[in-house]
Amino acid sequence: MKAILLAASALIAQSASAQTIAITGGTVAIGDGSQPVQGGTVVIRNGRIVAAGSGVAVPAGAQTVDATGKWVSAGIVTGIGDLGVVDSSGVDESADASARQSPYNAAIDVSTSVNPQSVMIANERLGGVTRALVAASGGQSIFGGQGAVIDLGNDPDPVTKARAFQIVQLGEDGARSAGGSRPAAWASLHDAFAQAQDFRRNPAGFDGRGRDALLTRADAAALLQVLDGRVPLVARVERASDIRQVLALRTRYPGLKLILAGASEGWMVAREIAAANVPVLAYALADLPSSFEQLAATESNVSRMTAAGVRVGIYFDGSGGEHVVRQFAGNLVAITRVPGASGLDWGKAFAAISSGPAEVMGMGAEIGSLRPGRRADVVVWDGDPLELSSQPTAVYIDGVAQPMTSRQRQLRDRYLNVVEGALPKAYDR
Amino acid sequence: MNRYLPRLTLVLAAALGLSACAQRSDAPQSASAQSAKKPGVPYNRDPFPSTYRAYPGVPTLVRNVTVFDGEGGRIENGAVLFADGKIVAVGQSVDAPAGATVIDGTGKWVTPGIIDIHSHLGDYPSPGVQAHSDGNEATGPVTADVWAEHSVWPQDPGFSRALANGGVTTLQILPGSANLMGGRSVVLKNVYARTMQAMKFPGAPYGLKMACGENPKRVYGSKGRQPSTRMGNVAVDRATWAQAADYKRRWDKYEKDGGEPPTRNIAMDTLRGVLSGEILVQNHCYRADEMAIVMDMAKEFGYKVSAFHHAVEAYKIGDLLKANGTCAAVWADWYGFKMESFDGIHENLALLHKAGACVMIHSDDANGIQRLNQEVAKALAAGRRAGIQVSDEFAWTWLSLNPARAMGIDAVTGSLKAGKMADVVLWNGNPLSVYARPEKVWVDGAMLYDMNDPRRRPVSDFEIGQPGMGDTK
Repeated sequence: MKAILLAASALIAQSASAQTIAITGGTVAIGDGSQPVQGGTVVIRNGRIVAAGSGVAVPAGAQTVDATGKWVSAGIVTGIGDLGVVDSSGVDESADASARQSPYNAAIDVSTSVNPQSVMIANERLGGVTRALVAASGGQSIFGGQGAVIDLGNDPDPVTKARAFQIVQLGEDGARSAGGSRPAAWASLHDAFAQAQDFRRNPAGFDGRGRDALLTRADAAALLQVLDGRVPLVARVERASDIRQVLALRTRYPGLKLILAGASEGWMVAREIAAANVPVLAYALADLPSSFEQLAATESNVSRMTAAGVRVGIYFDGSGGEHVVRQFAGNLVAITRVPGASGLDWGKAFAAISSGPAEVMGMGAEIGSLRPGRRADVVVWDGDPLELSSQPTAVYIDGVAQPMTSRQRQLRDRYLNVVEGALPKAYDR
Repeated sequence: MNRYLPRLTLVLAAALGLSACAQRSDAPQSASAQSAKKPGVPYNRDPFPSTYRAYPGVPTLVRNVTVFDGEGGRIENGAVLFADGKIVAVGQSVDAPAGATVIDGTGKWVTPGIIDIHSHLGDYPSPGVQAHSDGNEATGPVTADVWAEHSVWPQDPGFSRALANGGVTTLQILPGSANLMGGRSVVLKNVYARTMQAMKFPGAPYGLKMACGENPKRVYGSKGRQPSTRMGNVAVDRATWAQAADYKRRWDKYEKDGGEPPTRNIAMDTLRGVLSGEILVQNHCYRADEMAIVMDMAKEFGYKVSAFHHAVEAYKIGDLLKANGTCAAVWADWYGFKMESFDGIHENLALLHKAGACVMIHSDDANGIQRLNQEVAKALAAGRRAGIQVSDEFAWTWLSLNPARAMGIDAVTGSLKAGKMADVVLWNGNPLSVYARPEKVWVDGAMLYDMNDPRRRPVSDFEIGQPGMGDTK
């Protein structure tokens, strides 16, 4: 029965995505850093963007959606979090975001365990989030496992790209995982890479299954993907000096494709990051010396790095509540009017939560903007998407119109009138 | 001196509008009654008195500005005048006294300073290292003897962010929620000082932090001791209140009739203060059903819960909260991070307003405290989409006057009314827009932040000589 239902919903999704849809008359935010265009049109066909902007013709036979007075934007891309990987981060039984007792680390592959029916996915979809970078860490190790890119669509197949990146912790968190210090974390990194290369040279001779093996065969195989640049390595660091150390890694491991995440002090080494052509997922509003590795944190960080030529996406490593990234982006616009601060113009701020994270992951040709050929993740808003008063009125993922409901909406509707009617609240649905 | 201070506390409490709050010990007054017995000597209710003094200000008139007066009023193209630390006049047009600084507020907004009823700044300061973990005395489920003020580190860089980015002028520092009775809160003016006492809001009542739900039962259950369940939480609470009632009876009698003084118990002093209506209960509680139980427990022992904090499910019992006169302090959209927050919805605040309950925003977070105006804007928008129409200017009551009420300081701050403290923020746009930031912030009429003047941007000792010192944050 379940299989039949799933097949039926897949058919419906298929037929919906095959349609040509033209969303007309709205203010169009493409998400590539350009400024929003009034009176624009977005054309979707076969689940992909055909064209978006002003002067776009509506194809004959297209289903048209009038968005006059509204905004039409690329869907929001967030991460690296645990959407679909936990039902509630604080409820251990429901949470697959970490596995402290596991013998595996780099081999952990989150794409096996994403649940598209997690209620948070629909909740956050209603906030305009259409794609997310997710990860789940393994046992006590600096390596955080292989993350995935997922969509938030109401369908059984959430994974856009499995094994899209590997995570390594190299700041204070890395020190803790490695036994207590940064040097220990670096020793652990170099040794793990050396073992992975041993495994490549002589797989049969590699221990990797013994009780005392520092690295399992599965972990070694995952790290080879990283060393060969087939899977990018996301280095979680905050401090300027740690960032420099990460940038220097490529002299020893030239195949690495590096990404920085966190990077609270990135602005202090922005030119070096730009010169190394390393993209960054950065906190937007971290402005406190929350730790000794974030002493120089400022809300100007994203903008200062962007100005230096670094490709930056806004980093969200929370659990649930991903919709707040548009508030983060709005604040980066706000600080353009604060003397001494450095902010982003609207187009760049919106890009930092759409094409930014996608391009950081090397997926800018596939998701994150309304440029032709991209997956048609489109959100229609009742106002400026970065403004607090605005909300989506329609969400398309892969060109499929999404249901505009969620568990939160249903709870709200149950309690719009707080007093029971003829029956208990449990009968209102 | 010891005999005088309690009287002072009560006078201040009355001035602060506490007279509406439940019954209160009348021990000092009864001393003057004709009685053969010599009254006992009350213990000092204020052993760590505030030494806060307002910094100098100049008479200031902000005009041509949109005013949210904090009580639901709005004046377009209006004016606010303050002098000598107090609001003098608010209106459509106010004349500038000779020598006043006149600020043209065209295109800008002026509001009361934001008040955060739930902060841990100072107790869990930045950097958040283990050595700074001073917010939870998690060594026993009842630690009513601890006072949050004794953990406050006045050099927390977080105070400056709350001021400059958040427009926060007053905040209540609470102990954490590991314990059923976590200890006393302290209300601070958001003004850097060398000592905690010099930040302390003069005359503000103390609060008692209580917690229900998952945290206490998890912390103590994991140590193999009571409470390990929700029923255990209530059992320990009730046993403690029963002791407190007895302590109060003995001390009330001694203070009235004299004789041998009962043994002092610092924890019981605080609980007696609650039962006497001098100390306000600030109760961490997520679930609706638990709030209902706590309100019955409060009735059983004759106290009142001033506000439920976090109150993620308060929207399910807005009618009950209204009937009990208990406020809810909530987030806009945090949810789902633990079982008891699983039912969080964006419309919580607006639904409570619709039910007629007293409601406010709060942060519980060193970052969130910098954007409480934005959190209200989100809650307001969610409510409007659910058909609950509230004006922008009314929504400001969720940011200043309602928290002031729940903290017992609404007679002296929380709105732009003549005679109140000149705790004022000038915003460079509509503060319910994401694009607005504080331009100037005054506390008691002293300008302590000016976006345009780097010298009016505080830098705590911790940040001196460190990377990023004095940067715009």
